[in-house]
This record gives sequence, C-alpha cells and structure tokens, in this order.
Amino acid sequence: MIWLVSAVLFWVVMLALNTWLANSKLSGTRAVRICVPLIFGMTLLVLWEGLVRGLEISQVILPAPSLIAQTFATSVDTLWVDFHQTVLKGALRGFIIGALAAFATAILIDRSAFLTRGLLPIGNFVAALPIVGIAPILVNWFGFDWHSKAAVVVVMVFFPILVNTVQGLRETDAMQRDLMRTYAADYFQTLIKLRLPAAMPFVFNGLKIATTLALIGAIVAEYFGSPTRGMGFRISTGVGSLSIDLVWAEIAVSALVGSVFYGVISIFEKRVTFWHPSQRS
Amino acid sequence: MRSVMPVLTVLLILLGVWWAAVAPMNIRPALDIAERSGSVVTPEGSVARRDVSVWVLMFQNASHMAGSYDLKRPRLPTPAQVGQELWKTTGAMILKGRAWSKRSLIYHAWITLQSTLWGFLLGASFGILCAIAIVYIRVFDLSVMPWAIISQTIPIVALAPMIIVVSNQIGIEGRGVPKAIISAYLCYFPVLVSMVKGLRSPSSSELDLLKTYNASGLQSFHMLRLPASVPYLFTAFKVGIAAALVGTIVGELPTGAISGLGARILIGDQFGNPMAIWAALFAAAILAGVLVSLVDATQRLTLRKMGFRS
Repeated sequence: MIWLVSAVLFWVVMLALNTWLANSKLSGTRAVRICVPLIFGMTLLVLWEGLVRGLEISQVILPAPSLIAQTFATSVDTLWVDFHQTVLKGALRGFIIGALAAFATAILIDRSAFLTRGLLPIGNFVAALPIVGIAPILVNWFGFDWHSKAAVVVVMVFFPILVNTVQGLRETDAMQRDLMRTYAADYFQTLIKLRLPAAMPFVFNGLKIATTLALIGAIVAEYFGSPTRGMGFRISTGVGSLSIDLVWAEIAVSALVGSVFYGVISIFEKRVTFWHPSQRS
Repeated sequence: MRSVMPVLTVLLILLGVWWAAVAPMNIRPALDIAERSGSVVTPEGSVARRDVSVWVLMFQNASHMAGSYDLKRPRLPTPAQVGQELWKTTGAMILKGRAWSKRSLIYHAWITLQSTLWGFLLGASFGILCAIAIVYIRVFDLSVMPWAIISQTIPIVALAPMIIVVSNQIGIEGRGVPKAIISAYLCYFPVLVSMVKGLRSPSSSELDLLKTYNASGLQSFHMLRLPASVPYLFTAFKVGIAAALVGTIVGELPTGAISGLGARILIGDQFGNPMAIWAALFAAAILAGVLVSLVDATQRLTLRKMGFRS
C-alpha cells in the first residue's frame, strides 16, 4: 500500500513540476527541453515500480524496473554475446550492405526517367509490405548463423532507402540543373556536386527508417533458427522458460541500441545536411 | 496513367529476374531427383556435386534444367507455382464452397485483417488523441513527443512474445488482443506525427481571423484546425494501415499462433512446406495493397467533397 501511495504521490508532484516548468518563462530554454522529458520518463519508471510492488504483481508477469536493472547488471556477459551476434554481425552488416546496394541501384536507375517512374510506385508498395515474413525462407537459404539475418536485413532496408534516394535525386529543379549546364558540367559532375547533396535529406530519411527495420529484421529472423546466442534467440527461449526479467533486459538493450543507432545517423545527417532548412532552428 | 507502362516494365523485369533465378536455386535438388529416377547426371552423387558450382552444374546437365522448374518443395518456386498455390488456397476453395475452411487463405486473411483493423483503430485514435493533447497542452508537447520518437527506435517485435505471455497471464484469452496491441503500437506514431503537423498547419493569420470572429477555442478547433489536418491524416492512414498489417503478421510469427497469415508462414516453415510460405507472403502483399488502395480511394473522395484541390 505504501508503495502504491508514494508512487502516485511522486507522479502528482512530478506532473506539477513539469507543468510549472513547461508554462514558466524558462520553457524555451535548452535545459527545460531536456529536463521535462527526463522527468516524465523517470516518473513512468517510478510508477511502474510502485504499481508492480504495490499491487503485488508476480515478477513472472511483469518484473519491476529495479529487478530488470539487477538482471541487466548480473548478465552483462550474456547480453554482450547476444549484442555481438545480433547487432554487430546481423543487423549492422545487413544494414551496410543493403544501404550500399540501394544507393547504387538508385543511381543506376536514375539515369533512365522511364525506369524511375516505374520503380517509385513499386518501391513504395514493397516498402509497405510485411517483408519480415521472408525470414523463414532466407534462414532456410543461408543457414542459421548471422548470414541469414544479414540477408533479411538487406531485403528489409533496401526498398525504403531506394525509394527515398530515387526521390531525392529528382529533387533539384530545372533552374539549378540548367545552371550546371551553363557551367559545362557533365553528368557525373552534376550528380556529385548538385544532385547527390540535394538528395541527402531524403537519403537520411530512408536511413533513419531503416535503422529500426534492421533491428526488427535481425531479431525476428532469429525466431526461425539461430545458434544458441542472439537477442531473438534469448527472447524466445526466455519467454518459454519464464525468465522474463532477462527478456526485459534484452528489450532494454534493443531499445538502447535502437536509440543509439538512430542518434548516430541523426548526427551524420546534421553534419551532411547542415544547409537544409530543417536543420536550422 | 503516364506511369502505367513504366510500372509494367519494371514488374516484367522483376518477374524475369525471379524466373531466371529459379534454375540456379533449384538445380541441386532437381539433379538429386533426376539421379534417383535413373537418369545420368554429371558428376554422379550429391556429395560429389556439393563442391561444383551451380553454374557448372547447369551447363553440364542442361537436359535436366526443366526439373528445377517443377519441384514439389522448391527452394525458390517459380512465379507460376506461387500463382497456382494461391489459386488452390483461395479461388479453388471458393468454387468448392469451402472458403472458410482452415486450409483456405481467405480464412487466414480474415483473421489477420480483423486484428489489423482493430489495431489500426486503436493506434489511430490513440495517435489522434495524443496529437490533440500535444498541440493544446504544452507539458504534453515537451514530455511526450521525445518519448514517442524514442519509442519508435525500440524494435517492437522484441516485445511480441512478451505481450502475448503477459496478456495470457492477466486472463485475456485468444491472440486477437495482443496482436491488435502490437499493430496499434506500430501505427500510432505516423498518425501522431502527421496529425500534429496537420493541426499546426493553419497559419497564425488564419487563427487570428477566427479570433476576430470571436470564435471559441472549440470552434476554431473543429472549423479550422481539424479540417486543415485531414489531408495530413489520410497520408498517415496509408502508412499506418500498412504498418498495422506488418504488426499483426509479426505478432503472429514468433508466438505459435495457428490461424492468420503469419501463422501460415510459421507453419509452412515448421512443416518444411515452402509453397505455403510463399502463398501466405503473397496473400499478405495483396491484402496490404487492397487496404492501402481503399484508404487512398477514401482520401480522394473525402478531399474532393471537402473542396481540396487534388
């Protein structure tokens, strides 16, 4: 009971603090913009902890954050092995191969306006399909180890990046291209100096979408067979053997990896497309 | 209309690549079968063949190439085989009057569609409500928006088995609810982001104009902000319904479900029946296409009625 009451009390106090911060004169400052979501996230964790302990929910159903943190700390070795297998071997390699392939295809196809017009609708359509369903087929083709996971990731990230790059390459307007022509620039000079830079905001949009897809692909593919390590393997066996706290620790890792992955791409985006209106504030 | 020819061309190219890939993918099992039925295959024995590349095999055994296009359990089926399997599990079932049999993909597509629609409804309404709160309440904007973005970097499928175990434990029978939760999770975000953009799209001069008319906050909401957000909303719906379908199918994949398109994929994998996987995949693709074009048609109709130039 004491847990429940104090959790709710904490929530109310923090909500009041956040409301005050958001409506005060400081609300435009950087510090408040960082603080408010942090306080909100912390409140959620405390509420979770309080509810689980206060309502005496079995740890098998929903472990408290403190228990998950404990498990996280004691099983760093396992988590690292899984991280290495799923993220570094499967997701990252697949992401890089898929992104490069999509980029190259986009530039090749861009030379033909006919193919570009045909490809955009199909690419958009394929990007919306539940591609992750091909995981069992690719696991069958490439074996249980990371190769099949990378293959799933390649297929999953290919179309979003392709569609965005093709679209980006068409972004320059006639005036800019004419200007390049008056400079006597040939196709490649126009491509490298004008069109690729102009396409970059779109390319990064595709890359950002692909970061989550890469993790999803690598994890789901492991449900269809993997060596005895990997995040997907651990999650599916963990649910089966009721070690739910370890499963939550894996989920925490995947959330962390997903956010860091996205953040890294965003930093690159900021560096590369500093000229774009959306980057100025 | 201008893009019909290019699209058809690209589709034909894709089909051609697929068809050409069937021979190298299937040549080994095809040669094994040919050898077992007494034909002469070079080199003899599947163990000897393991070290020979598929291209050499195809060149040396050109007369057995046809066999790779006619396997019962191909590694890569031909487009025609997939089409036949699709027809066998949908059209032919209707003709036999057994459209709702458990072997029919119509039944499984219906199960998947139900969860998708529930998830879409749940996710879209949650997204819209959150967007309204974000536009009108500043605390919400500051505290929820960053977490909504972070939540998208979490691979939700990691949670799929979890959600099903938890909802089982708290007494929710069946798999409809957990699947709907997963698909709602995947589709709320595009709706949220677009709706925030849409609700903020009226310019301040338009908002000021309504203020000079002495319109209340509620009036300016449903006369200006809401109509202005409709085009954004429909664009988000198109992304959202596709995401909801992906969520449902992913929710069916790792969880031992027995009905639904994702479950067909799972069962096809477990029983070594690749044709079932391919047919279910294409059924899912067709379902996605139908759903997106339905939303698209509704969008055109609504926007024309509302007087937007399309």
